[in-house]
Amino acid sequence: MKLNTNSNSYIIIYSAILVVIVAFLLAFVYQALKPMQDANVALDVKKQILYSLNIRDLDGAEAEAKYAEVVKEEKDVEGQKVYECQIDGQDICVASLKGMGLWGGISGYVAIDKEGKVYGAYFNHESETAGLGAEIKDSQEWQEKFIGKKIFDENGNVILSVVKKVDAPESQVDCVTGATLTSNGVDAMLKDGLKNFKPKAEEE
Amino acid sequence: MALFSKQNKEVFTNPLNLDHPILGQVLGICSALAVTAQLKPAIVMGLAVTVITAFANVIISIIRNTIPNRIRIVVQLVVVAALVTIVSQILKAFAYDVSVQLSVYVGLIITNCILMGRLEAFAMQNKPWPSFLDGVGNGLGYAMILVIVGAVREFLGRGSLLGFQIIPDACYDFGYVNNGMMTMPAMALILVGCVIWVHRAYFYKEK
Repeated sequence: MKLNTNSNSYIIIYSAILVVIVAFLLAFVYQALKPMQDANVALDVKKQILYSLNIRDLDGAEAEAKYAEVVKEEKDVEGQKVYECQIDGQDICVASLKGMGLWGGISGYVAIDKEGKVYGAYFNHESETAGLGAEIKDSQEWQEKFIGKKIFDENGNVILSVVKKVDAPESQVDCVTGATLTSNGVDAMLKDGLKNFKPKAEEE
Repeated sequence: MALFSKQNKEVFTNPLNLDHPILGQVLGICSALAVTAQLKPAIVMGLAVTVITAFANVIISIIRNTIPNRIRIVVQLVVVAALVTIVSQILKAFAYDVSVQLSVYVGLIITNCILMGRLEAFAMQNKPWPSFLDGVGNGLGYAMILVIVGAVREFLGRGSLLGFQIIPDACYDFGYVNNGMMTMPAMALILVGCVIWVHRAYFYKEK
């Protein structure tokens, strides 16, 4: 008997079976690979935190080990993740930041030392333009410009900023050329995300 | 049946030269422009497309006689989408960095014209083995262009290949500057144009 492959019932049964097979296959693959994917995402976060501490050349197990050695405590302050770290006997606090770039979300980690200065910074983005806005992530040189900048003024306001024309070099960073809007996003993210991190020593 | 008969060889080699999917038929340009800023993602993308084209071709070729003619495009899409999703998940699990760089473009392999073109034009009419060769041939043809364009763009745009710095620091000291234009998609189009030009001028012969 030759099947009539153009009959309606054949088409409906055929597509139903096909979809069920594909659905099971995809569910299986997803379940089987999920643990490895989660591990990758977790490792990526740890690497970003290490980047913000100016430790940029580690990968895989080395990064895990260094992270375990450096980061002492992970805290959740009003929905913002904070990492207490210790490097060479120095207490450093890494703040996780979230903000809006030009085309999508941007995020970052800023390491703050006890004097309220930037120890290191790392930024990430979802969909900024390669070569322009994406430089906030790709350009190590740009991220290193943040090192040593003063974050707070005497009143505890955030004065660390990304500007087009630097008039106060101790607290301002030159923005990425051609990426003014992304740079403005980084600026807003810093202002918003760092306001709770005035060092305790100054409060006393 | 000879596995590498003259006919089968042609099926494999034609897409590498005369019937090249990018150079001859100008298909699959969009992803070729997007993922070629660096060499590594270009290679991974080329491999992913090769694997997906080959297996989608084989699967469609095996079930080609059972596919109802009226919904054949839907069936092709389901097979391709399933394969692409699997490859994307595997990349996330085993090559996380690359999957972040490729971001949406792995998913967009589904809409890569080369895939649908090969399924509709070849796999629907041919046996699994020639279909497999056709898929591999077309995928490699595509990968070849990605690698050429990716290498040129990474070399001129970043002074490195596969992430290793090629241009020595001394050159930068003398005032050499990386060409930022090369990292923009527009330059990829111009480069693809140049490759097509060279191919037409030296390798292409009218059948």
